[in-house]
Amino acid sequence: MTTLVIAEHNNAQIKSSTLHTIAAAKQLSNGVHVLVAGSGAQPAAEAASKVEGVDKVILVDAPQFADGLAENVAAQVLALASSYSHIFFPATAAGKNTAPRVAAKLDASQISDVIAIESDDTFQRPVYAGNAIATVQSSDAVKVATIRTTAFDAARVEGGNAAIETAPAVADSGLSTFIRREVATSDRPELTAARVVVSGGRGLGSKENFALLDPLAEKLGAAVGASRAAVDSGYAPNDWQVGQTGKIVAPELYIAVGISGAIQHLAGMKDSKVIVAVNKDADAPIFGVADYGLVGDLFEVLPALTRSL
Amino acid sequence: MKVITAVKRVVDYNVKVRVKADESGVDIGNVKMSMNPFDEIAVEAATRLKEAGKATEVIAVSCGLSQSQETLRTALAIGADRGVLVETDAELQPLAVAKLLKAVVEKEQPQLVILGKQAIDDDAGQTGQLLAALLDWPQATFASNIEVNDGTATVRREVDGGLEIISLRLPAIVTTDLRLNEPRYVTLPSIMKAKKKPIEVVKPSDFGIDPSPRLKTLKVVEPPVRKAGVMVPDVVTLIAKLKTEAKVI
Repeated sequence: MTTLVIAEHNNAQIKSSTLHTIAAAKQLSNGVHVLVAGSGAQPAAEAASKVEGVDKVILVDAPQFADGLAENVAAQVLALASSYSHIFFPATAAGKNTAPRVAAKLDASQISDVIAIESDDTFQRPVYAGNAIATVQSSDAVKVATIRTTAFDAARVEGGNAAIETAPAVADSGLSTFIRREVATSDRPELTAARVVVSGGRGLGSKENFALLDPLAEKLGAAVGASRAAVDSGYAPNDWQVGQTGKIVAPELYIAVGISGAIQHLAGMKDSKVIVAVNKDADAPIFGVADYGLVGDLFEVLPALTRSL
Repeated sequence: MKVITAVKRVVDYNVKVRVKADESGVDIGNVKMSMNPFDEIAVEAATRLKEAGKATEVIAVSCGLSQSQETLRTALAIGADRGVLVETDAELQPLAVAKLLKAVVEKEQPQLVILGKQAIDDDAGQTGQLLAALLDWPQATFASNIEVNDGTATVRREVDGGLEIISLRLPAIVTTDLRLNEPRYVTLPSIMKAKKKPIEVVKPSDFGIDPSPRLKTLKVVEPPVRKAGVMVPDVVTLIAKLKTEAKVI
């Protein structure tokens, strides 16, 4: 039996979340096929075919897949599903949006946010904001899962030579229509893929002050993240939110500035390799998970840090 | 149009749960229970649609133990008109909840169902999408704005990297993200008024649905503990440690 990985891509390239999901699929003793459903997505399919460990790429190219509408993508996956034992999506906004629609139609209990694969039918996943790890076993014929990308090292983008097969597209569902996307363009790395993340919390005090993180992030080539408190206060956009209900990150270096460390925030970053915390409150819970803690006024520490790099 | 909102009784978000010694689950005896925060946003969104004259009736639905009636009362205090409890002692997993909600939806015939994007206990984040698929309805997950007009809902969604705006043909499913609204503070008069609103109690068997869990939980354990780090006195020491000890810069 074979695992089908649903690629996340922008038609030109596959996103790194796809590489982590392929790596998870490789842990099963199965073949790995990758579905690239897009519009003008031949380049993405070619990129997927070169990824180490991929046995076949299925390209479905049609206008109704241009914007990743869940109704259409799920229907396409279902058209192919009967050949597979496992269907894996990255646990990203797109994957989480679509995977349950596939699971429902297969009458399968989806396993969300898999962090470890014990066997073909047994998986580990975090619950209660990562305060507990559940091991669950599925008896469903097809196992549908979303993969927490930070829990699996990315598959190498070279070394593979998979065939690209074209499959017929399912019709547009007509249920939903894409209108537009408002995506912030930035030279910074993507939050979930960055080697270094600099995150700010309510301690920054204002949207203007939040921008004080920029020079430090610039010097480190880091992505900027935020606590929910900072997002709720309007200091930072929602898609910067790191935590249980936001992004899960695990960079090489995570610098938390003015973040107290609520359990919901820790759930999103505690698997980072090295954690640095800067906070004026020596009792802040963030220091409980930090490798290096510095008690001080962030308005003095931030410029000093930036200068020293 | 009728709007249904689904609400779940969960361990309060301020409670740090403990894993049971026998690894069978987490200990939720004697801990504070509340409405799932994203569901509160869903009830608020539905209530605002009614206040804006877009919705005629808001029905709050919960699935679970009889104590979920308290959660429904909170929904009624925010502004729902009536409640439906699908009462069961079974451990409910998302697929079972979606099937139960589908049965309620088929009976009530709403044009819109608003759910939280995720419950903060099992963190599954599936129910809205499962329900949409079972009904063959369109969906907009992670909503930060909803506009309803002439048989369509235009929804702004929080996605990776920014926002996306899509239009759904009604009836449809919407799941809520944090920025959709800030739920109102529930006042004492509204709590008193909520006590008089009706709650209908039904059983899964009334719909011919077996809610038994399908995923078997083999064990639940504490996550690995991060070992305590060190405090550094100043920026110079911090930079030195990051360079020579951690070797990350």
